[in-house]
Amino acid sequence: MTSGFGTPAYDVSHLIGGGVLLLSFVMLYQRRIGAVINVFAVQGALLACAAAWQGYVQSAPELYLTALIAFGAKAVAIPLALRLLVGRLGLHKAVETSIGIGASLAAAIGLVGLSVLVVLPVTAGGATPLARVDLTIALSVVLLGMLAMIARRNAISQVIGLLTLENGLILAAVGVAGMPLVVELSTAALVLMVALVAAVVVFQIRDRLDTLDTHVLDRARGDS
Amino acid sequence: MPLPWVLVFFPWLGAVALALIPPRFGVGRFVNIGIAAGSLVIALLLLGHPHGEQGWTRTDALNLPFVAVSALVGLTTAIFSAATLDAEKFDSLRIRAYHTAFQVFMGAQFLALVSDNLGVMWVAIEIATLASVLMVGVHGTPAAIEAAWKFFVLCGVGIALALFGTILLYLAAQPVVGSGDPGLSWAALQAVAANCDPGLLSLAFVFLLVGYGTKAGLVPLHSWLPDAEAEGPLPICAVLSGLLLNAALLAILRAESIVGANPAALPPGPFLIGFGLLSLLLAAFSLWRRRDARRLFAWSSIEHVGLATLAFGIGGAVANLAGIIHLLGHSLVKSGVFFAVGAAAQLKGSQKLQDIGGLVASHPALGWGLALGIAALAGMPPFALFLSELRLVAEAAAQIPWLVVPIGLGLLTAAAALIRALQQLCLGEPTRDNPVPGAFHLPGGLAWATVPVWLHLALAAALILLAPPAFTALLRGGAEILG
Repeated sequence: MTSGFGTPAYDVSHLIGGGVLLLSFVMLYQRRIGAVINVFAVQGALLACAAAWQGYVQSAPELYLTALIAFGAKAVAIPLALRLLVGRLGLHKAVETSIGIGASLAAAIGLVGLSVLVVLPVTAGGATPLARVDLTIALSVVLLGMLAMIARRNAISQVIGLLTLENGLILAAVGVAGMPLVVELSTAALVLMVALVAAVVVFQIRDRLDTLDTHVLDRARGDS
Repeated sequence: MPLPWVLVFFPWLGAVALALIPPRFGVGRFVNIGIAAGSLVIALLLLGHPHGEQGWTRTDALNLPFVAVSALVGLTTAIFSAATLDAEKFDSLRIRAYHTAFQVFMGAQFLALVSDNLGVMWVAIEIATLASVLMVGVHGTPAAIEAAWKFFVLCGVGIALALFGTILLYLAAQPVVGSGDPGLSWAALQAVAANCDPGLLSLAFVFLLVGYGTKAGLVPLHSWLPDAEAEGPLPICAVLSGLLLNAALLAILRAESIVGANPAALPPGPFLIGFGLLSLLLAAFSLWRRRDARRLFAWSSIEHVGLATLAFGIGGAVANLAGIIHLLGHSLVKSGVFFAVGAAAQLKGSQKLQDIGGLVASHPALGWGLALGIAALAGMPPFALFLSELRLVAEAAAQIPWLVVPIGLGLLTAAAALIRALQQLCLGEPTRDNPVPGAFHLPGGLAWATVPVWLHLALAAALILLAPPAFTALLRGGAEILG
C-alpha cells in the first residue's frame, strides 16, 4: 500500500497519532489525580488502536499482539491499579504542580514545535512520509511525558508522566515498518513500567510513607 | 546452546535456585559464591573460544575482556557479600530477594556485554536496572527507598530514551537492511552505516548517548549514582561501579562506532569529549565536599567513567586502548576499594569519613589495601589507571592540545582530594572500633574482605606489568574495533 497524504493508511495513522498527542496535552491541564488516570487510560486505548492499525497497514500480524497487550495493560490494568492505590491509601486527590498549568501548556507547545523542527529536516532524505509524521508525533509525546514528570511533584503523577513517555516510544516502534523484535521490545518496556507502578504500591504499603513527594524524601539523605 | 548463552543462563538458573532454597538452611550465600565461580569458569572458557557471531550475540576483542573482569568481580563480590550479609540485618525474605536479584543482575550484565542485537542489549540493560533497583532498595529504610526511587525514575527515563534511539537507528538503516533481525544487529548496522541517512543516525546517537549515558553516570545525568551507592547493601557498590557503568558505556561505544562509520553524520567524538570533561571536572571538585565514604568513592566513579569517555571521544587506536584499560583497571580497583571501605564501615559502625581513621595502625592488611587502592584511584603507579591516564594525557596533547589543561586540572584536583581521604581513612590515630553485630563473624574474619581487595590490586597492577601477550593483543584488537 502506498503511503502518502490522502491515502487511508496515512490519514488514519496520522489521526490516531494526533489523538495520542492531544491526550498528552489534556493530561497536562488536569488538576485532579483521578482525571489524569482517566486520560491515561484513554491514551492507552488509542495507542492500542494505533498498533492494530499499523498491523493492518503493514500486514504484520504480530502488531495485533502488541495492540492487545497495550490495551490490556494500559487501558485497563494499570489505570485500575492506580485508582485502587489512590483510593485505598487516601492520597491527596489534587495534583501538586511545580510549574503552573499555563506555563506548562506553553512549554508543551514549544516542545512540539521543537520536535517538528528536529525531525522533519533530519528525515527529509530517506524516510517515508508516514514514518516522518509518526516520528514527529512520537517524539512530541516523549517530550511531553518528560515535561509532565518535571511539572508534577507527587510520585504517582511522575509515574504517569513516564508511562505516557513510554506510550510515545511504542507509537514510534509500531510506526516503523519492519522493526524487528517490536513485540518483545514493547513488552519489555511495559514490564519496566509495571515494575514502576508496583514499586509505588510496595513502598507505600510497607513503609506507610505519608507522601511520595520527592522533596520530602530528599531530607532523608545522609550527605552534607 | 552457544557458550555466550550458557554464560547468561547459568546465573539466571542460579537465581531461580536461590529463590527456591528455603532460607532456614543458611546456604544461600555459599550457593551464590558457587554460581559466581561457575560463571567465572564459563567466562574464562569464552575467552579461549573463537570469536564471532552467534545469532543475537557476538564475542569479540572488545567485549571479552569486560566479560572476564565482570565475572571476576562478580565472584569476589559474592565472597565479600557472604561475610557481610549478617551485618546487613536482612530478614529471610530479603536475603532471598537480594541473592536472586544479584544473580539476575549478573546474567543481564553478561547479556548486555555479549549481545550483538541492539534490541537484546536494551532488554538486558533494562533487566539489569530492575535487578539493581531491587538490590538498592532492599533495606527498605526511607533513605534506601529514596535512593532506589531516584535510581528507578532517572534510569527509567534514560532507558526509555535509549529505546527511542534504538528505534531511530533501525529507521535510519531500514532502507538498506530491510526488515528482520539484521536491522538491529550491530555488525550489520556498522557495515551499512555509510549508506544510511546521516540525519537519522545523528538523532539516534543523541538519544542513545543521553539514554545510556544516564546509566553510565555521565554528568549531568549522574545524580542517582552517589545515593544508590551509599544506601544499598555494601557489596552492591562494587557491582554498580565495577560492572553496570561499563556495560552502559560499552553500549554507547557500540552506537558510536555505528554513527562514526558514516562521515556525513554528526561526529560523535566531540559529544563524548564534552560529557567526559564535564563529568571529570564536576566530580573532581565534588570529591572535596564529601563526608560520606561511600558517596566519596561513588563520585570518584563518575570521575573515572568521565575520563574513559574522554579517551573514547579523542579516538584513535592509542586513546581507545587507554579508555579500555582505564575501564578495566577502574572496575578492579574501585570494587576492591569498595570492599575495603565497606569492611571498615562495618568495623567502625559508620560510613562517615570522620568516624573511620587510622586503619593502617588498627587493621594493617585492610588499611594498607585501602591506602594502595585509593592511591591507584588517584593515578599512582604501578596500577593500570596510571598507565591509561598517562596515555590519555599524551594522546590529548598530540591531538587536541588545549584539552590537556582541563584534564590536568581535573586529574590533579581529584588526586589531591583522594589523597586527603587516604590520610583521613588510613593514616593517623585510629578511631574507636564499634563493629556492627554480625560483621565478619564467619571463620576467617576480615580475610573475606582483605583477600579480594589484595587480589584486585594485584590484578590491576598485573594488567599492565605482567599481562600475557595474548591478552594485550586482545585489548589492542578491542581498540581497533572502535576505530
